[in-house]
Amino acid sequence: MSGLPLLSFVVWLPILGGLLVLALGERFNPRPVALAVAMITFLTSLLLYTGFDQGTPAMQFQEQLSWIPSFNVFYHLGVDGIAMPLIILTTFTTVLVVLAGWEVIKERPAQYLAAFLVMEGLMNGVFAALDAVLFYVFWEGMLIPMFLIIGVWGGPRRVYATIKFFLYTFLGSVFMLVALIYLYTQSGSFAILDFHALKLGMTEQVLIFVAFLLAFAVKVPMWPVHTWLPDAHVEAPTGGSVILAAIMLKVGGYGFLRFSLPITPDASHELDWLIIFMSLTAVVYIGFVALVQQDMKKLIAYSSIAHMGFVTLGIFLVFPLMDANAGSTQGALLGMQGGMIQMISHGFISGALFLCVGVLYDRMHSREIGDYGGVVNTMPVFAAFMVLFAMANSGLPGTSGFVGEFLVIIASFRANFWFALFAAFTLILGAAYSLWLVKRVVFGDVGNARVAQLQDINSRESLILGALAFMVLLFGLWPAPLVDVMQSSLENLVAHVAVSKL
Amino acid sequence: MIPAPGEFVLLIPEIFVLSMACLILVLDLFLRDNERVISYWLAQISLGFVAVITLALNDGQTHLVFHGTYIADPMAAALKVSIYLVTALAFLYSRHYLYERGLFKGEYYVLGLFAMLGMMVMVSAHSLLTIYLGLELLSLSLYAMVAFNRDAYPCTEAAMKYFVLGALASGMLLYGMSMLYGLSGSLDIELIAQALGGKAPSAPLIFTTTFIVVGLAFKLGAVPFHMWVPDVYQGAPTPVTQFIGSASKIAAFAMVMRLLSESIGSLQPQWGDMLAVLAVLSLAIGNVVAIAQTNLKRMLAYSTISHIGFLLLGILSGTQQGYAAAMFYVITYALMAAGAFGMIILLSRAGFEADEISDFKGLNQRNSWFAFMMLILMFSMAGVPPTVGFYAKLAVLQAVIGVDMLWLAAVAVFFSVIGAFYYIRMVKVMYFDQAEDDTPLAAHFDLRFGLSANALAILLLGLFPGSLMSLCRQVFGN
Repeated sequence: MSGLPLLSFVVWLPILGGLLVLALGERFNPRPVALAVAMITFLTSLLLYTGFDQGTPAMQFQEQLSWIPSFNVFYHLGVDGIAMPLIILTTFTTVLVVLAGWEVIKERPAQYLAAFLVMEGLMNGVFAALDAVLFYVFWEGMLIPMFLIIGVWGGPRRVYATIKFFLYTFLGSVFMLVALIYLYTQSGSFAILDFHALKLGMTEQVLIFVAFLLAFAVKVPMWPVHTWLPDAHVEAPTGGSVILAAIMLKVGGYGFLRFSLPITPDASHELDWLIIFMSLTAVVYIGFVALVQQDMKKLIAYSSIAHMGFVTLGIFLVFPLMDANAGSTQGALLGMQGGMIQMISHGFISGALFLCVGVLYDRMHSREIGDYGGVVNTMPVFAAFMVLFAMANSGLPGTSGFVGEFLVIIASFRANFWFALFAAFTLILGAAYSLWLVKRVVFGDVGNARVAQLQDINSRESLILGALAFMVLLFGLWPAPLVDVMQSSLENLVAHVAVSKL
Repeated sequence: MIPAPGEFVLLIPEIFVLSMACLILVLDLFLRDNERVISYWLAQISLGFVAVITLALNDGQTHLVFHGTYIADPMAAALKVSIYLVTALAFLYSRHYLYERGLFKGEYYVLGLFAMLGMMVMVSAHSLLTIYLGLELLSLSLYAMVAFNRDAYPCTEAAMKYFVLGALASGMLLYGMSMLYGLSGSLDIELIAQALGGKAPSAPLIFTTTFIVVGLAFKLGAVPFHMWVPDVYQGAPTPVTQFIGSASKIAAFAMVMRLLSESIGSLQPQWGDMLAVLAVLSLAIGNVVAIAQTNLKRMLAYSTISHIGFLLLGILSGTQQGYAAAMFYVITYALMAAGAFGMIILLSRAGFEADEISDFKGLNQRNSWFAFMMLILMFSMAGVPPTVGFYAKLAVLQAVIGVDMLWLAAVAVFFSVIGAFYYIRMVKVMYFDQAEDDTPLAAHFDLRFGLSANALAILLLGLFPGSLMSLCRQVFGN
């Protein structure tokens, strides 16, 4: 399969397909076209999995073309075990999002679907880019469709939310751009792999690390730069929320793995306490914040922040683990593995929860928890799904949510008892806000007359939620495929960060 | 000494434009009102021909002719062709606008050609005198163009302001030039560079540099010499604003290059610091004040000021890379500005100027294609990839970081985030707000076509910036 430009295909097919949908306009029904594009892209991305060589940490499916010769910029794509699962997650989620907007979006559906398809291509580009300028182009380009999705199809305060979203993320990323250009002046190349090999002094590393941190922490989002996320989620249309939670947040976590750790390992080691502190704050404090939310989407948004805290915690636990093992990389992998699995799993679970809220919102046009109650009486199938996803969100064994959290908590135990103590709070808090949400919305007596008239989910909605439920259970019961794919890339990364660059 | 006949060959573009301008001026007298379009087409055709001539004459070498007062080098050729292109766009956008307002007169195109001739002279000038000659030819034509709608009060006010402040700036520049002549004993750029090269910067030299920098800053509209920019941009007829905001910036860049880098390049540490102050102030004031504007032309004026800040960043690095980056910046900026003002022209109709930001409300509902074109232009100005504005900023930042001025780069990106706000507010107005005015766009085909090509060029250059970037690099020999 290595002969075909598969990565270019998964990047450009959705973008061109999106433009096609846009060009066809509202005269045709744009939905089947968009679905076909999304499906073909998804199936193509599966070839990445089947053709993937799990034995090597090297970049695979590489494509390299000269792009801006005067800056030594290449159109260079390639994936390893970290990026490949995220690409498949993106293509999978986009199919669901296209389906989810099928009947709901009545205003300018062609533009809506085009925005999501273009977005898909750009996100795939972010994960596949091996050239810093190319990466940055995709990274920033991603903002434009999302800005429009929230602003055009969003809720009442959409303008505030979307401008806040745009400026917040833009502010974070421009400093990353400065850092990337600095790395270029030092290495003479924009290739990310050359950056990995570049020797850097401590001061430089710390500054670069901080610049990267600004970009990635905003994207993840980490406490205390998370405030754009609840606003964006609440105002975004369902599809926007799903993409935001399932993929865009992962871009931040991916950035830590692809940029911060390998380029500035010593600064990452030096400042790991900061990240771990921020992550634990997210887990504990944001967990409490989620508990008191009255708006379902806000609750899930805060829950996302708390869960992403687990991801960053897992990633940066690699340093305390190495310290605890006297510098040996043995066992240091555990947290990072947990973080990666948590990213994928959170993609499914948070996406599913936002879709559940979307299902309710389409019927009742309210996201207030107080407007619901006893939904199980009128929507039993839906209730089963929602309970499953809430359980997964709180980390019930047998669901994918459990695997990641469990690995991270074990890793933090090995590193430091106190880390583990705070990290374990998530088991209590996650269960508390997820189950309390379910209790108030799904169970109990029928809350009011409108709930009594609810129709259960149709086959389209069952299909979407069923697909997600399948993935959640699959990776909960059998995470091995995921772990195997990432194994050698993560081992290589840990070995890389263990070597000082000073 | 009489110049050799061969030397005139290099001057053919200027001679051709001059002859065509005079021809149109005379011919226009004999045209009836309904035949006026002949003047327009003649002007456009001359632009096409002069572009061919300029390209044919450019052999990649540097030629100094007429006792070193005129230079034909790759930079001049590249900048001239960009000027023709942007001028052609300005003429194209102006045609129906002027016609609908009863201003469609041959003089407009004659003045435009004369202004362009001034720019060409500035670009190819290699002595203080020719620089000044070109500058004045440009300025005088522009003063007249700003006042073209002489019965409209804002136009004459803008023209008056432009004239008085422009004259003041010319005075500053001339004063600096006269001191430069006194210190070096020559008007020739190369001889000045030779005379000053290796000399320690003395007080009179720095004094001279200050005057020249102030004069240039006035012309460019850099803070704190920017006061005329918003008033002139707002008051002038929109096609004229477009012409001032796009083509003349390219010429101003050439003038800065000839005066600062080529003649007093040895004083780069001194003028570099001055430009750094101007650049930071321009970025700050331009971006912050633009947020408060409700008039789109004024907003774009402040946006120009902030872009000038970025342009100065490229120049002040004093490296070939930096000059190349600045050149890339100015050419792409001229294209963006041409498109943005073109959008105002597109939405305007007789008796209605779409120059308020609120006039763009709900454009996506009225015409989603042109809303998308404006979206490209706005994101490009904000420097968001995949538009060309991003690469312009990337190149400049890279030049600045290349000379270890990280703090300047940090300041620049910080203010560009602030700047992003008012550009995305335009997108917000077009896409998220409801249209108040449902009149369908009644623009003619040529305007629609030109504007679409203009905006798509921004996007295409953003996807494939390599060739233009290489060209700018080659011009500066790397």
